[in-house]
Amino acid sequence: MSAQQAPLLFLVVGRNEPLYCAEFGKTPGTPATAQTISRQQYIIMHSALDLVDKCAWVDGNMYLRNVDQYNHQQVSTFVTACHVKFMLLHTGKNDETLRVFFNEIYELYTKLSMNPFYKFDTPITSKQFDARVKAAARRYLS
Amino acid sequence: MSRQSSSNVSILDRPLTRGRSDHVSLSAFSLLYSELVQYHQNRVSSISELERRLESSGYDVGFKVLELLAFRSRETKRETRIMSILQFISTSVWKHLFGKGADSLERSIDNADEYMIFDNNPITSTFLSSHQISADAYISGIIAGICEGAGFTARVTAHSLAADEGDGGTGSTVGGRGAMESGFSLPRRKDKAVFLVKFSEKVLERDAALANR
Repeated sequence: MSAQQAPLLFLVVGRNEPLYCAEFGKTPGTPATAQTISRQQYIIMHSALDLVDKCAWVDGNMYLRNVDQYNHQQVSTFVTACHVKFMLLHTGKNDETLRVFFNEIYELYTKLSMNPFYKFDTPITSKQFDARVKAAARRYLS
Repeated sequence: MSRQSSSNVSILDRPLTRGRSDHVSLSAFSLLYSELVQYHQNRVSSISELERRLESSGYDVGFKVLELLAFRSRETKRETRIMSILQFISTSVWKHLFGKGADSLERSIDNADEYMIFDNNPITSTFLSSHQISADAYISGIIAGICEGAGFTARVTAHSLAADEGDGGTGSTVGGRGAMESGFSLPRRKDKAVFLVKFSEKVLERDAALANR
């Protein structure tokens, strides 16, 4: 894992708001400039949402690959059957690696939604989900 | 009293694929469902309120069923057209929930935004002797949840038709129940259920735009 690598932002977005967010590769004790970087990342993700919605109806696949680009950063998306979007902001990862990563998150999300006490489109607060997502990120994204 | 063998397997570890003993008996379901209906019936003052409550119970089930079946099909594809989501509902969802596909799927002649799913014997009302169609509101809720989840906002209502009526083009409500036959088997149902799915304007516009692509 290179120390120069910018942190990746991963979001699970429901109908109106993010349900889960995680940053991968972020080293603790980052200076104040890093704060503005992550705010900018959120703005990039937010502006990519319209494009995701458009692509989701044109393309019937769940994995939508590279949806938007901003400078050197790319937004890749995976949309589930219930239109829950998994979005990852990265700087050029291999397509196939991302597909495997998204499939793993998809399986975790589906299992989580089988919980009868989990209401659809509510924030995901499960610590185990958090741990598994971070483990998957460590395995595929670094 | 200590709990024996409480498995600490988290939900994230359990398999999603269909196990061998995944079926639930009709009697167990009917017992549980009758309790659900009685629970709501004791708290409402009108039939339409009961139907609304059953519909909202089924609504959440619809989302979960959609996610589960989409995952199990292993195709990583979503439905983007009205016909394909309706076919998904009347085949895959029906088979998963009730063991067999819906009896038919038709498009209404009078209105372009209405479709009908027929079921001759919905399990939610198999053992009911009266007001059967109110109990089927649960299934309407499931269908509505699936449509909403997939992005096709729709109003779904359940109606009953006499069983020997050929086509249900107008979806009229006809209640007709014959006397109980003597014998040990359940009397044959005199009416079948039709679920009327009415899509919203935006859904139709989007579907038309996709058709022209």
